[in-house]
Amino acid sequence: MMRRLSIALVSMLLAAAPLLAQAPAGQSEFVPVNGLPESEKLPAAPLLVVAYAVFLVLMVFYVWTVWRRLNKVEADMRALEQRTAKGGR
Amino acid sequence: MFLRTSLLVLRKDFAIEVKTLEIVMTTLFFAVACVLVFSFAFVKEGQAPPDAAPAILWIAVAFSGTLALGRTFERERYAETLRALLLAPAPRPALYVGKLLGIVVLLALDELILVPLIAFLFGAPMFVRPLLLAAFLACGTTAFAAVGTLFAAMLMRSRTRDVLLPILLYPVTVPVIICGVRGTAALLSTPPDEPTAKMWLAILFAMDVVFVTLALWTFEPLMSE
Amino acid sequence: MKKLFGPLAIVAAALFAIAPFLIANAPYESTMLLIQKIFYFHVPSWVGMYCGLVVAAAGSLWYLFKGSKAADRYAASAAELIVVFGLNGLISGPLWARKAWGVWWQWDVKLTSALLLWLMFVAYLLVRKYGGPGSEKLAAAVAIFGAAVSPFVYVSVNIWRTMHPKTSVVPDIIKNPQGMAAPLLVSMAAFVVLFVLLLNLRVALAERQDALDELYLAHED
Repeated sequence: MMRRLSIALVSMLLAAAPLLAQAPAGQSEFVPVNGLPESEKLPAAPLLVVAYAVFLVLMVFYVWTVWRRLNKVEADMRALEQRTAKGGR
Repeated sequence: MFLRTSLLVLRKDFAIEVKTLEIVMTTLFFAVACVLVFSFAFVKEGQAPPDAAPAILWIAVAFSGTLALGRTFERERYAETLRALLLAPAPRPALYVGKLLGIVVLLALDELILVPLIAFLFGAPMFVRPLLLAAFLACGTTAFAAVGTLFAAMLMRSRTRDVLLPILLYPVTVPVIICGVRGTAALLSTPPDEPTAKMWLAILFAMDVVFVTLALWTFEPLMSE
Repeated sequence: MKKLFGPLAIVAAALFAIAPFLIANAPYESTMLLIQKIFYFHVPSWVGMYCGLVVAAAGSLWYLFKGSKAADRYAASAAELIVVFGLNGLISGPLWARKAWGVWWQWDVKLTSALLLWLMFVAYLLVRKYGGPGSEKLAAAVAIFGAAVSPFVYVSVNIWRTMHPKTSVVPDIIKNPQGMAAPLLVSMAAFVVLFVLLLNLRVALAERQDALDELYLAHED
C-alpha cells in the first residue's frame, strides 16, 4: 500500500510539469528591459556573479566528491591487502 | 515462430487474468479515481479549465499504465515464471512482444471506460473524430507501453522496482504525453483542427517505431545475465 | 589516458584563465547588456553536457552489445558529468532568464529539453545506486533510450512552445560576430577540455573501484 502511494506521489509530482504550461500572469511576451516599469528592473551584476560562482562551486564540489571516493577506495584496498598478507594463503 | 510465441505469451497472460480479473479491475478503478481527483482539483465554479480533458485522459493512462506494468511483472516475479520463459527455446524479443501486447490490451480496456467517462464529466466532444482519437490512443499507448514493458522487465530483479519505474519511465515518455495531449486537444477544439492533430499523430507514430525497434534490439542483451 | 592528465589540467587551467578577460572585454549585447555575459559559460555547459551524452550513449551501447566493462565505466562517468554540467546550465539559465525575460522559467524549448535529458540521467545515477544487482545493464538501457528520445523531446517541446509567444535571446553569433566569437569559442574549448579532464578523473576512480571489487571477490575464494 505504501509503495503504491509512493509511486503515485512521485508520478504526480513529475507529471505536474506539463500542467504548468501557462505563462505567468505578469508577462505574456518578451518585453525588452527598457519597456519594463521601474519597479521591475533588477540589477544584473549579482545574477551574473552568482552564475559564475555557481559554476565554480559545482566544479570544486564534484572534484572533491571524486577525490573523497578515490581516497576511500585506496584505503579499502590497503586494508584488504593487509588482511591477505596477515591471513596469508 | 516469432508471432506464435508472442501470441502464446499473450494467451497465457490472458488465461491467468480472466480467472480473477485482478489487474484489469484494480487499474481501471485506479484510473477512475485519478480522473476524479483531477476533477476536484481543477474544476472551479463548475467549469474545468480549457484543455483539461485531454490532459487528464493522458495522465490517467500514464498512471494506470505504470501500475499495470508493475503488477503484471510482479506476478511473473512472484511465480518465478520469468526464468522459465527465458529458458524456453523461443526468440526472446518474441517474449517482449507478447508482454507488450498484453499491456496494450489492458490499457485499451481502461481507455474504453476512461474516454466516455471524461467526455461525460467534462462535457468534452470526445467522439467527434472517433477514428483519429482511436489512432492517438493506440499509438500513444503503444509508445508508453513499449518503453514501460522494457523497463519493468529489467527492473524485476531490483529491490526498488516500484519507485524506480516511474522515475525511469516518465522523463522518457514526456514527448508521448505532449503529442498525445496536444493532438487530442486539437481534435477536441471547435472545429476539430485535423492538420495539427495529424502532425502530432505522425510524430507519435515515429516514436512508436523508434521505441519498439530499440526495445526489440536491446531486450536480448538486457535479459541475459 | 593517465599520462594525458597533467597536460590536460594545464590546458584547461590556461583556457579558464584567459576566458574571463575575453568575456569582460566582449561587447555588450544591445538589449540585454551585462546579463547576457552569462551566455559565455551557459552555452559551453550545454556543449559539455552533450559531449557527455555522446560518450554515455556510445559507452552504453558498447557495454550492452559487446560486454565491455571499460565502456560501462566511461558511460557511468559521463552520466555523472552530464548531471554536473547540466546542473550548471540549468542554474545559469534561469538566472539569465530572470533578468532578461523577467521570469525564472518560461518553458523555453532548449531549457525544457535539457531539463528532461538531465532528469533522465539523474534517473540513470539513481538506478546505478539503488537498482541492486544487474543495475549496470538497466542503466545502460536508460542511457540509450534517453539519447534516442532527445530529438523527439526537442521537436515536440518546440512545437508545443510555438503556441506560446516566442523569445529569442541568443545573439546570432555566426552571422554577426561583433567580437563575441572569441570569448565564446575560448569558453567552449575550455569546457570541452574540462569535460575530458573530469572524465579521465572519474574513469580512473571507476577503474580503482572495479579493481577493489575484483580483489574482494578473489579474497572470498
